[in-house]
Amino acid sequence: MLRPRLIPCLLMHNGGLVKTVQFAKPKYVGDPINAVRIFNEKEVDELIVMDIDATVQDREPDYLRIRNLAAECRMPLCYGGGVKTVEQVERIISLGVEKVALSAAAVADPGLVARAAEVVGSQSIVTVLDVKKSGWRGKYEVHTHNGERKSGHGPVEFARQMEGQGAGEIVVNAIDRDGMMKGYDLELVREVREAVSLPLTVLGGAGSLQDIATLINTFGIIGAAAGSLFVFKGVYRAVLINYPSREEKDTLLASLQHL
Amino acid sequence: MIAIVHYGLGNLQAFANIYKRLNIPAEIAETPEEILGADRIILPGVGAFDWAMKRLDASGLRPALEEAVVAQGRPVLGICVGMQMMAQRSDEGKLPGLGWIAGEVRRFNEAAFTQKTRLPHMGWNDVAPFDGKGLFQELTDNARFYFLHSYYFVPRNPEHVLATTDYNGRYASAVRSGNVLGVQFHPEKSHAWGIQLLKNFAEF
Repeated sequence: MLRPRLIPCLLMHNGGLVKTVQFAKPKYVGDPINAVRIFNEKEVDELIVMDIDATVQDREPDYLRIRNLAAECRMPLCYGGGVKTVEQVERIISLGVEKVALSAAAVADPGLVARAAEVVGSQSIVTVLDVKKSGWRGKYEVHTHNGERKSGHGPVEFARQMEGQGAGEIVVNAIDRDGMMKGYDLELVREVREAVSLPLTVLGGAGSLQDIATLINTFGIIGAAAGSLFVFKGVYRAVLINYPSREEKDTLLASLQHL
Repeated sequence: MIAIVHYGLGNLQAFANIYKRLNIPAEIAETPEEILGADRIILPGVGAFDWAMKRLDASGLRPALEEAVVAQGRPVLGICVGMQMMAQRSDEGKLPGLGWIAGEVRRFNEAAFTQKTRLPHMGWNDVAPFDGKGLFQELTDNARFYFLHSYYFVPRNPEHVLATTDYNGRYASAVRSGNVLGVQFHPEKSHAWGIQLLKNFAEF
């Protein structure tokens, strides 16, 4: 049986790891390699690492750092941040990364997704939709550059377009929920889930394993990603990398009806 | 010595790290001599079929690999696309495969899927081996591995299927023909189960 994936998402900023709230107020939470080592021991399903500086600083991905992370990682790794060309995608995959995430570059040039998938295969191309409600009607809109630029695309239409271009996975990230730890935006997830048949991973808002259980119970096989949940502990948000044990995860999944 | 073939694809260092932890000699092989000097060979892979075949051809390692595997019969383990390359052809590409195991690589039939999430087959799934010998020693009980693919190996001879996995029907997630072995999943990214499988490959 294919299992839902529980995925820590780590943000790299100024060489360290940070956790944001609604894409702002980055708080330092530790060293990337050290975090990967801890997640190895905890046998996490997958890991997402995003360099949140690369696109806004208009610079190349930090290949040396990516190589070191990939070499350390004993679970599948998805890298995102600053990737704009097929050559960059190829280079990152050849460093031992399983999946490359495209966001701003996919908005600017949707054909990039098709060209990259042609070379490395659809299964290795992820499109990230950073979504925030905007306008007086409060409609969902895909944003780029750490939430600062509007794309003009709604998440449903853009997810369909990405599927058509040959993306292998969609990550939907709810900016308004980021760091709030009050639950996923299930309405947003439902809209995107109904629009595409690609593997879908949801990020933004998870504050407890119960939130993950609710997500899986509602949508079945899905990727449940979280930042704060897996790096903070307690009401004072003390930094403590954590993740459910194999037994806790099996118990959680066994209790769900949807599987 | 296990040679991990470096043709510009796959997570070579992840294999090297695991073997280092297991105290089993392994090296990333970049020259024909390193491949011919090894007792066992790992052919990793991530990416599309034709891209992987082109990379292998461009690396200049293919003749040494064929000498070691086909002529000398050294054990080889293909991973993901590395396994698919051992077939004769693939739905994903136009180039011929290595043809080490008779059979072809097909795309999953999406139209037949009943669930919402279709392709790629992505995530942790169960692997059911036919027996707990060789590659699957100590891996018969609830072993699970990480998968990331939309195409799967169909060996012409059903006896070449080592293990199966269910994704809208059962397919071959591990194959073997003599000294040629392949797994569709990623043992280098599958925690304790993957480490056990790589240990088995080194010792069987």
